[in-house]
Amino acid sequence: MKVIVEEDKCCGAGTCVLVAPDVFDQRDDDGIVMLLDEAPGPELHDAVREAVSVCPAAAIGLIE
Amino acid sequence: MTESEILSYPIPSDLALEPPAEWAELRAKCPVAHVRFASGDPASLVTRYDDVRAVLSDPRFSRGTGKKDAARVADTDDGGLFNSEMATVLPQEGEGHLTWRRLVGKWFTAKRMAALRPGITAMADQLIDSMIEKGGPVDLKAAFGFPLPVWVICDMLGVPDSDRDKFSYWSDCMLSMTRYTQDEMVAAMTEFGTYMAHHVELKRANRGDDLLSELIDATDADGRPLSTAVLVATGQGLLVAGHETTANMITKMVAMLLADRSRWEQVLADPKLVRSTVEEALRFDANAGFGMVRYIDTEIELSGVAVPSGTTVVCSMAAANRDESTFAGADELDLTRSPNPHLAFGAGAHSCLGQALARTELQVALETLLRRLPTLDLAVGAEELVRVDGLAVGGLSELPVQW
Repeated sequence: MKVIVEEDKCCGAGTCVLVAPDVFDQRDDDGIVMLLDEAPGPELHDAVREAVSVCPAAAIGLIE
Repeated sequence: MTESEILSYPIPSDLALEPPAEWAELRAKCPVAHVRFASGDPASLVTRYDDVRAVLSDPRFSRGTGKKDAARVADTDDGGLFNSEMATVLPQEGEGHLTWRRLVGKWFTAKRMAALRPGITAMADQLIDSMIEKGGPVDLKAAFGFPLPVWVICDMLGVPDSDRDKFSYWSDCMLSMTRYTQDEMVAAMTEFGTYMAHHVELKRANRGDDLLSELIDATDADGRPLSTAVLVATGQGLLVAGHETTANMITKMVAMLLADRSRWEQVLADPKLVRSTVEEALRFDANAGFGMVRYIDTEIELSGVAVPSGTTVVCSMAAANRDESTFAGADELDLTRSPNPHLAFGAGAHSCLGQALARTELQVALETLLRRLPTLDLAVGAEELVRVDGLAVGGLSELPVQW
């Protein structure tokens, strides 16, 4: 699994950080998404898929 | 129901926790429905999940504030909150909106919310202490759901505890569509504006560890400091957005869980379910309020229906959240539902700025109630609960509980 984030779409809701804090974080200066792990291990895949589906801005993409 | 029939919007509903029967019918047969607001202005109501998400996520469309032919929501002369000065001072779209949103947004990151959690928990405990001291039955809305978020917002704005009651009243007035008179609304907005302008000056002179102090030192897209008007409007916006919504949602969530007490017992037995329970309560909320308005200024198509330029569209996120094509068993409350891509906070660039805060408050509220009052129960029958009408945010008039 490869994770892609589109910063210009991100609205800083922080939903992904709540669901998958090992993979996503937010920049301190504007709340925009930061990708911590672009190839998360299998144990994180469910959480990452959930983060994708609940992102209000559809700013996270996956290549599986 | 036909395409030519014009529904009054909001659609009246008698049951406190159940959706109006029209939603399922509209989603199935009339995905873009002609409606009329309390102002008398016509609009189009969108109820399917995909359509609501598409309209809200489309960066071309905004609220239409200031557009002459945009529908007015309220029956007061100036069309209510969304046509107010507050709504026009803040940048609504494009670069300006993005800059403002990112400035304010850094106060609402998941990390910062995690840091606020112990403070919010202490407030929740304090409110429950008072409830226990007083003894049941009590109205959980007045004793717990309503004060908690206004305390949190006041703290965030650096407002003293003694002014919390004023904030509650202003918040109530500003969201009114029919409950207060035009004079009362204007008076409340003016009073609140004056208070906030004074408060901003106090903060200019004496910075604290709060959002306003930080924004005073911030700059906009052109590198200029934010004007007092923008700072005041930001404070007003946060109160309006963050108080009544969360207060009502805390109350409605607890009502949903206690209306069928096996739900309460399910979370009690497995507190790990708090997070998914909060999300499911947000999705399931059939009394979420008005929905989100968008002014369509270029023709689009929704579910095969042409929506002409100049249309005001109202997106019912609550109706979309019951769409069977997205949520299996949409009319069942499933406390383990995951993923749960509900639209309670909207979608796209204008989705709720404070959603991480709202989630934190709802989770803390539920956790604390479960921990402190495990025997909590309704003090009246669920069928006796009464909806509040005439506010932009739906709620219950009260929630009598005992333990």
